Parts: sequence; C-alpha cells; structure tokens
Amino acid sequence: MKFAVIVFPGSNCDADMYHAISGALGAEVEYVWHHETSLQGFDGILLPGGFSHGDYLRSGAIARFAPIMKAVIEAAKEGKPVLGVCNGFQILLEAGLLPGAMKRNEGLKFICRPAVLTVENEKTMFTAGYEKGQEITIPVAHGEGNYECDDATFNELEKNGQIIFRYKDNINGSRQQIAGIMNEAGNVLGMMPHPERAVEALLGSDDGLALFQSIVRNWRETHVATT
Amino acid sequence: MYKVKVYVTLRESVLDPQGVAVKSALHTMDYKEVEDVRIGKYLELAVNETGNIEARIEEMCEKLLANTVIEDYRYEIEEVVPS
Repeated sequence: MKFAVIVFPGSNCDADMYHAISGALGAEVEYVWHHETSLQGFDGILLPGGFSHGDYLRSGAIARFAPIMKAVIEAAKEGKPVLGVCNGFQILLEAGLLPGAMKRNEGLKFICRPAVLTVENEKTMFTAGYEKGQEITIPVAHGEGNYECDDATFNELEKNGQIIFRYKDNINGSRQQIAGIMNEAGNVLGMMPHPERAVEALLGSDDGLALFQSIVRNWRETHVATT
Repeated sequence: MYKVKVYVTLRESVLDPQGVAVKSALHTMDYKEVEDVRIGKYLELAVNETGNIEARIEEMCEKLLANTVIEDYRYEIEEVVPS
C-alpha cells in the first residue's frame, strides 16, 4: 500500500506524517506537491497539518483550490482512504468532503499539548485497531479547532456513526466535543489531533499508530487476495 | 473601475469567541453599555467592469471569501472616477 502526503506551501507536519508512515508503520510513502494534478499509483491520501497558504482568509480556504485537490476529491469518490489532520481536516471541510466549519478556539488560545480522546466508532477503516470507548492520548496543536455545524448536520453525523473521536475534556469549545469526523461513505476522516506525532513511545505516546495500521490492514483485506 | 467593499461576519446564530473576548475587555474598561461585539473581515477589491459585476462578486463570496456554513457576507460597489 502506497501513501501520498500532500504538501502545500505552509504545511509543517508533512515530515512528521512521512516519518510516521515510512518509519513506525513501515509502508511506502511519497510527498506530492500541491501543484501536481494526479494521484495515480497512490492507495491512501494524507493531508498533513500546518498553515497552508499562511491560513490567510481562513484556514484551508485557499489550499482547497490547489490543483491537486481535484485529484484528492476524485480519490475520495473512488473510495480510497483520505486522512486530513489538523490543517488537513480544515482543508477537507473547506473542500466540502466533510461537513461543518472551524472557528477560533473558545478562549482564543493556541492549544499545544497531549489530549485524551475517546474512540466513538471502532467499526471504520481508520479505527478498527481500537476498542469502542477506548481512551487514547494524541497531541493537539491548533488555534482554530472549534468545530461547528448546524443541528441537522450534527444529527446526521451522530445517527450515521460519523463522529469518530471526541475530546474527553472539551479543550476548544467544539460542538459536542467533536475531535474527528468521517464522511458517510466511511473513507474520508478529518481530525484535529495529530496521530502522526504519537507513533513511538519515545514521543510520549504511540496511541496514534493503530490508526495507520488500521488503514493498511483494511487495504490488505480488500486488495490482497489470500489463499 | 469599481471598488467593491466586502464585509464577512460570523452568522448571528454562531457564537463569536473573538467578539466575546473583546466585549469582556470593554466591560473591564467600564464600557458597560456595550451589549455585543461581533468581529468580522473587511476586504477591498478593485474590479474592472464585466457587465455582471454583482453576480460575479456573489460567486466569489460564496466560493472563497466567506464560508457560508458559519459566515454571512454583504458588499458595496462604488464606481471609481479617475480624477
């Protein structure tokens, strides 16, 4: 299974993501510059954290129109796993691949510390390696992670099991403590916390590794014939 | 040439964390008469006449300048007369 890490001007977690995949996970990975137009040959798409285009106008608003985003949207429609972390999540929201929008954190502080999340839905290609209700420690680093959506959207998310992670303590004011959501088809996940920064005990937590392992396991089960 | 002034604000139904912080600061400074503060963005666009300037501006707002999930926008168009 081969992963693409999409790099925008201002991405700063691209190297962490690359390291998590090539090192801790031990899978194939390549950087893809935002000016590229094709994602052919890649099986999984990763949108890393950072400050694409300086977060000018709104987080993710400008990156959403990068040439590569057409290919990302196409890959999402084809059912390929697409993971957006932090700024990557914000880009997925702006692109309409996930519903809702991000506001400044309640309290207006940039929050940079480990956060405890609960796994709300373990029956997904991203979370099969966790147990329902499992508490995991994953670092957050964001100023605009205050997730907002209207009532109808929230009800849909809850009804369909699209809320994947919640903060144990609501650190940023997000609606219903939402830390990560999935699309209805189940192949696009956006989350504010950084699983790629929690893949080795040396980093303080390796609770994020199971997320990447889940993606690979799911891919093998659906793409590799077993005898 | 036209000058287009675009104002983007959080929708009324959406709590504005920045506005709340500024209101609280004004209260601390004893400006208790302030009941609400909303913070938005102001953009100025210099635009050539296209014939359908309003439709084009609205499209720009919907696509890029505002996130209509949480934001409202309004705009004013002024003709710039060369002096």
